[in-house]
Amino acid sequence: MIRIANGQGFWGDWLEAPVRLVEEGPIDYLVLDYLAEITMSILQKQKLDNPNLGYARDFPPLIGRLAPKLRERGIRVIANAGGVNPSACARAVLEAAPGLTVAVVHGDDVFGRIDEFLSKGYAMRDMDTGEPISTIRPRILSANAYIGAFPLAEALDKGADVVIAGRSTDTALTLAPMVHEFGWGPEDWNRLAAGTIAGHIIECGAQCSGGNCQIDWQSIPRMADIGYPIIEAEADGSFTVTKHERAGGRVNTDTVKEQLLYELGDPHNYITPDCIADFTSIELTDSGRDRVRVTGIRGGPRPPTLKLSISYANGWKAIGTLVYSWPQALEKARAADQIVRRRLEELGLRFDEIYTEFFGVNACHGPAAPPNPDPPEVQIRIGVRGQDRKAVDRFTRELIPLVLNGPPGATGFGEGRPPVREIVAYWSALIPREEIETSVEVIA
Amino acid sequence: MKKPLGAIAHTRSGDKGDTCNVGVIALQPEFYPIILREVTPERVKAHFGELVKGKVERFELPNLGAINLLLHESLGGGGTVSLRIDAQGKTYGAALLGMEVNVD
Repeated sequence: MIRIANGQGFWGDWLEAPVRLVEEGPIDYLVLDYLAEITMSILQKQKLDNPNLGYARDFPPLIGRLAPKLRERGIRVIANAGGVNPSACARAVLEAAPGLTVAVVHGDDVFGRIDEFLSKGYAMRDMDTGEPISTIRPRILSANAYIGAFPLAEALDKGADVVIAGRSTDTALTLAPMVHEFGWGPEDWNRLAAGTIAGHIIECGAQCSGGNCQIDWQSIPRMADIGYPIIEAEADGSFTVTKHERAGGRVNTDTVKEQLLYELGDPHNYITPDCIADFTSIELTDSGRDRVRVTGIRGGPRPPTLKLSISYANGWKAIGTLVYSWPQALEKARAADQIVRRRLEELGLRFDEIYTEFFGVNACHGPAAPPNPDPPEVQIRIGVRGQDRKAVDRFTRELIPLVLNGPPGATGFGEGRPPVREIVAYWSALIPREEIETSVEVIA
Repeated sequence: MKKPLGAIAHTRSGDKGDTCNVGVIALQPEFYPIILREVTPERVKAHFGELVKGKVERFELPNLGAINLLLHESLGGGGTVSLRIDAQGKTYGAALLGMEVNVD
């Protein structure tokens, strides 16, 4: 049995979580998931400004802080902290923690290969809209192929203490140590599916161990000290989800079910580079305090394609707010909305969308929100987006004047004009997997 | 008898682009057939009204006593494009807890 723990569900997650996982009990592998769809484009921009950046900058100091304990206990780390510059990330890790053996997985970054793919006849159509990528070619900011667990396992085979990947799938980080330790083959579909589902359960950190849990949330023990999840994996593909005993939080079939359904599509076909996992085969059993046993998982052959994660520039947006107080708070906020829209129209400004929400009334749930006819205060939140930056910038000047020239009782303008932000949109497409060749570089 | 869905189920929601997924999980095994009967794509689409522009798909996971709903074109373009406060549909699961179901 091996213990695999996840200490980061995204870049920006709780900094103490990985430290506590290492200090509060036994683990063999620490995995850290840093990348969301949009993160790659942010990192690409940072790399364009400075060729030594473009990776998750939280990661090297964390490894520096953990290094003595990692050495003492033989804990190995697997992270997709490399972003668009895993080599620079590895250099920073070695500076922070000299003496560790670091491996870098290359091959996911295809930013420089888009034209080559186009010349080979791959249209790279968007998986949602079906449009060919040629429609956004000049605006592409980053392009990466999702890679699976086998290159990461190869890095562990080669003796790495710290494995740094770019755009690996979140689930591959957890599956890789199982492939490495148990010698699973590339066609062990059921076991690969089991390791993939273990990865899905822990990839969002505490979201399976009591965080964001609806059932009896008030009774979840010591949420301030919440324990991040640990998988106790067996060679046959069965596993147990748990947490350190000393930590707060809760692990039971309810918390695990909620996370299993998070960001799920067709449960029969959970597609990864390693296999296709069947979520309808999962059997869960409560097996002691904060322990859930997971068995029965089936999987099928991996697809012939890999998914590309591409980001591109898609115009500008700005979102501003004002607060109106009782009485008639909602009526005043609605009047303010009409006035802003009228003034934008009279200026002749064109936007792709103007969208208004009323906090305290319907912002989260729209028409599904319960009626709240006379709230004590309402925040109006108006956003615009469009291709013309000047138009979006002009919009940001239209809110604050309402305090003096609109309906009575407006406040909450202390932050001043809202910032104009560039929209980095996301494009996903498929490419034959033979086009993506990965390699592992070990830096001692 | 009519009750809110929250009396018999818990939910979790998330995003994939402009699609929001809502997992609905029975609080007790005997509630699962009620969920299958009551939480239909048509009723879910009606509950969210103008928030869901596309179709609603439903998948069944009897092993978890759960269904998975896909709410297409429901996040204002999704991710970074969306102007909504809940661009990732994090609270859509909670919104469904208020839908009335017949629990008889």
